[in-house]
Parts: sequence; structure tokens; C-alpha cells
Amino acid sequence: MLRVDNITKSFSVGTETRRALDGVSLNVKKGDFITIIGANGAGKSTLFNAIAGSFITDSGTISLDGRDITLMSEYKRAHSIGRLFQDPMRGSAPGMTIEENLALAAGSGKWLSRVSKRDRELFREKVSMLGMGLEDRFDQSVGGLSGGQRQALTLIMATINPPKLLLLDEHTAALDPGAAEKILRVTDSIIREHNLTCLMITHNMQSALELGNRTIMMDKGKIVTDVSGNERAALTVNDLLLRFREISGKALDNDRMLLI
Amino acid sequence: MGLDQILALLQTALELGLISSLTVLALFLSYSMLNVCDLSTDGCFTLGAVVGAAVAISGHPYLSIPAAMLAGVASGFITAILQTKMGVNSLLAGIIVNTGLYSVNIAIMGGSSILNMNKADTVFTAVKSALAKINLSEQYKLAVAAAAVVIIAVLLGLFLKTRLGLAIRATGDNPDMVRSSSINPVFTTIIGLCVANSFTALSGCLLAQAQKSVNIDIGGGMVTIALASLLIGNVFLGKKKMPLRIAGMVLGAFVFRLVYTIALRFNMPAFMLKLVSSVIVVAAISIPYIKQQLPLIKRRLESRKREGNANA
Repeated sequence: MLRVDNITKSFSVGTETRRALDGVSLNVKKGDFITIIGANGAGKSTLFNAIAGSFITDSGTISLDGRDITLMSEYKRAHSIGRLFQDPMRGSAPGMTIEENLALAAGSGKWLSRVSKRDRELFREKVSMLGMGLEDRFDQSVGGLSGGQRQALTLIMATINPPKLLLLDEHTAALDPGAAEKILRVTDSIIREHNLTCLMITHNMQSALELGNRTIMMDKGKIVTDVSGNERAALTVNDLLLRFREISGKALDNDRMLLI
Repeated sequence: MGLDQILALLQTALELGLISSLTVLALFLSYSMLNVCDLSTDGCFTLGAVVGAAVAISGHPYLSIPAAMLAGVASGFITAILQTKMGVNSLLAGIIVNTGLYSVNIAIMGGSSILNMNKADTVFTAVKSALAKINLSEQYKLAVAAAAVVIIAVLLGLFLKTRLGLAIRATGDNPDMVRSSSINPVFTTIIGLCVANSFTALSGCLLAQAQKSVNIDIGGGMVTIALASLLIGNVFLGKKKMPLRIAGMVLGAFVFRLVYTIALRFNMPAFMLKLVSSVIVVAAISIPYIKQQLPLIKRRLESRKREGNANA
């Protein structure tokens, strides 16, 4: 499904060059739901940027569904890749209404087509699934929504045409606990409903082990642990922390990791 | 001032307001929607004027309209390509195109910096003779300008509701979101600037034909004048829904012209127009900003005063 083969990416900061991705290879099967953990600067988001096409990698190849997308531009990859960021403001246009945002994301029809009654019914059905009452506020501009509501809307926008691959980059980290919990629940049900292939970065060790079927740990631009199946089922948060210390020779930064 | 004079004054303001409102609609698309400050506006306005004049003089009054608009599209296309595909800063792209257009415009006028349409048939003279049959020939300028504005405003309103229109609006609002909707923001920027500049050129074309002459300075300062009108329009209807916001642009252009025309009546010299428009733009942009800063400035002053008292 998704094949990442030995990709590297370096960034220059001043005269220094830092290797953000250092020979990452990853083979994702259709229907996989992989959680990704690692300290700050381990290269998790950089890996997502590489897959989504925010930049072109220095070397290595990426293919999706057998198609080489290594050099494809970001907006073209977006046909098959949906993405949510930590910042709930990034996924929607604040000056436009909920309906207009959904219409753009749904992207059905020709350039000069307008939102049809059938589109509107589809939007209503999708949005009401959130249970936030947003379906009755279609004419309001998105800028007036709370962070949680905006992230929920972005989730619907990213999955309204089920993508081949869904990238979730700590998409609940900036929300209050209640909203985070709710978004995570909706995310899980959407992924199950469409049997989406999904990669999710999280700082919550517990959900890293509870959600999905496979867990990856990154450190210094490399994938250092990759567990699934029975091995993963037997793993506890403590095991995971221990493993990290063995590999990197230091403790995970506790200020951001949620251990419970 | 008698009623006749007031009506005449209103009519002048309305005619000029309507014609310049087309440029305001252009900036509404580029500045308010795409979030691009298109500084090629002055040159493009003149381009529309000279192309329209040249085509009208050559004996094709109706063809002059699409010709001017096409010239505007070409100008907008170049401005857009410079900033999206060639790494030129967007403000600089506008300034460069504006400078280049000066030579192009003079070349179109055959090396002269003025063209006269006294003997040429224009859209206005055509409508004038048509309206003469129903005794309304005095309103011919108004009729042409109003028809053009209604057509463009309605088309713009419809356009902004289409998928392409929504994509253009989102490009100025959140380009990340446009990309994640599988739309290339480069494409939307190009289309948006082409459409906007066709309006600007139409505006120039109509002004030149209304006053039966064009000189190389006809577009000088248009970007500031149109921006002033746009900001005035925003004060009235900026927070409303799209059709009303578009109507607000036309209203803004009219109010701006009205104030200006009245000021002329009170002996303000005509050359003050540009200074007035500059002041309006600065005021409209700065007042909200300063208002926002005011509480902080107040607190700082108070705290300084307290410190002074404590030291005394």
C-alpha cells in the first residue's frame, strides 16, 4: 500500500546540516493503523511531510498503491492522502462558511459547479455524526468555531472522500481533554467505518498502544522500534519507555510524553 | 445650490463611481479574496483604456470591450506567473509589470502619450444614439456604466460560489487547506489575477471612452483610489454575506466619488484627489489597528505616571 524506501532529508540551519530523516524505510499494508511515537525532533512530523509531499526527499523512493509518488507535488498527492495537523487552524479556511469549506474538501464536480442539494445532504449527514450541532450552522464562518469544533470539521473534510492514506499528526494534542477524547473517538470510528489505512503520531503512550494494530518508535531520524501482533499486545507503557531508554541512551522527555 | 445642480452632481458621482467600481471589484478579488496586493493595477487600467481607445478608433466600438478585457487578462497572467512560477515577490511583480506596461501603453498609442476619440464611435456614442429615440440620451453614460457594473457584479457573485471561486477565496484565507483539497494554489492565483485584471482593464476602457480621450496618466493612483473605495465599502457591508459585500464595493466607489465631487464644489482643487485617497486608505487601515493598541498605550502612560508620583 504505502512503501517508503530508504528516504533521507537534511535541513541546513546556518552552517550546520541536520539529518532529519536518516534512511527511513516503512512498508504499510492496506488497512494498517500505525501509531508513531518518539521524542521531539525524532523526525515523526518530517516523515509525514515527506509522505505528504510538503518537501521532496533528498534520496530514496515513496510509492502509494504501487505508484511512485517520490517527485509528485503536494496538492496532487492530496487526492489520495488526507492529513490533520496539531494546529486546528491549519485545516480549514476561517473566512469561509462551514458549507463552503466542506464543498472545497469534497471537491466533487467541475470547476464551475456549485454546491448542489445532494452535496448539502451528504455534508449534513457527515457533520451530524460529530454530534456537535455543526450541521445547523452551515452558514457560519469557520473562524468563529472553537479549536475542537474546527479540528472535528477538518477530520470530516479530510475523510469526506475516504483517502487511501490518512496522516494524523498529534491532531488532538492542542485540544482540551474532553474535546481530544471526542475527536479521538470519532477518528477511530471513521477509520473503522472506511477501513482506512492510517498513520498517527501521538504523545500519549497509552493510546499509542491501545489504538491501531502496529506501533513505531522513531529516534534521530530513524525508525528504532516496530512492533505489532502478539508482541505489541503484551507490551506495556513501561516496556515502551524502557525500550526507548535502551535504544537512545536517554529517557523520553517527560514534559511532553503522557505516560498514563 | 439648486435641485438641478444637486442632481447633476449626483449623476457625475454615480457615473464615475460606477466606472471606477469595476476596479474596486478587481481589487476585491485580488486584495480581499486572494490576499494579493496587485500593484500592476494602475498600468493595467491604462492598458485597458489605450487598447479600448485604439480598437474603437479603428472603427470597432463593441470589439473594444472584449479587446481591453483580454489585454487585462494577459497583464494579470504575467503578474501572476512572475509571483507564482518565477520567484518574484508579489508586490515587486506588480511594480515590475506596472513599469513595463508604461512602454507597452505608449507603443499601443503609436508612440504618443495621448489619444483622442472625439470623432470615433464608442460604446457610449452607440448607446447615446439608441437612447435618443426614447429621449434619455442625457443618461447614456449612466446607462453604459450601470449595465457594465451590474453584469460584472452578478457574474462575480456567481463565480465566487463556484468550486473555482471558493478555491480562489480559500487561497487567500488558508493556502494549506487549498493544497490539501487537491487544488494547486498557483492555479487559483493565476485565474484570480487574470479575472481581476480583466475588470481593471474594462474599467479603464470605459473611463477613456466616457471622456473621449486617453492619456498615459489616466490610471495614475487608481490602486489607491480603488483601495480607498474598497475600504469604505467594507465599513458599510464588509461583514455581510457575499452578494452584499459585492454591492458594498460599488457603494464604496460611489461614496468615495460623491465625497470627492462635493469637495470639488467647495473649491477643493482637483489635484488633491490622490492625497485624499491616500489619507483615506491610511485612515481605514490604521484606525482599527491603533484602536486595538490604545488600551495598552493608556496602561503604559498610567503606569509611567504612577512611577513618577512614587518617585516624587
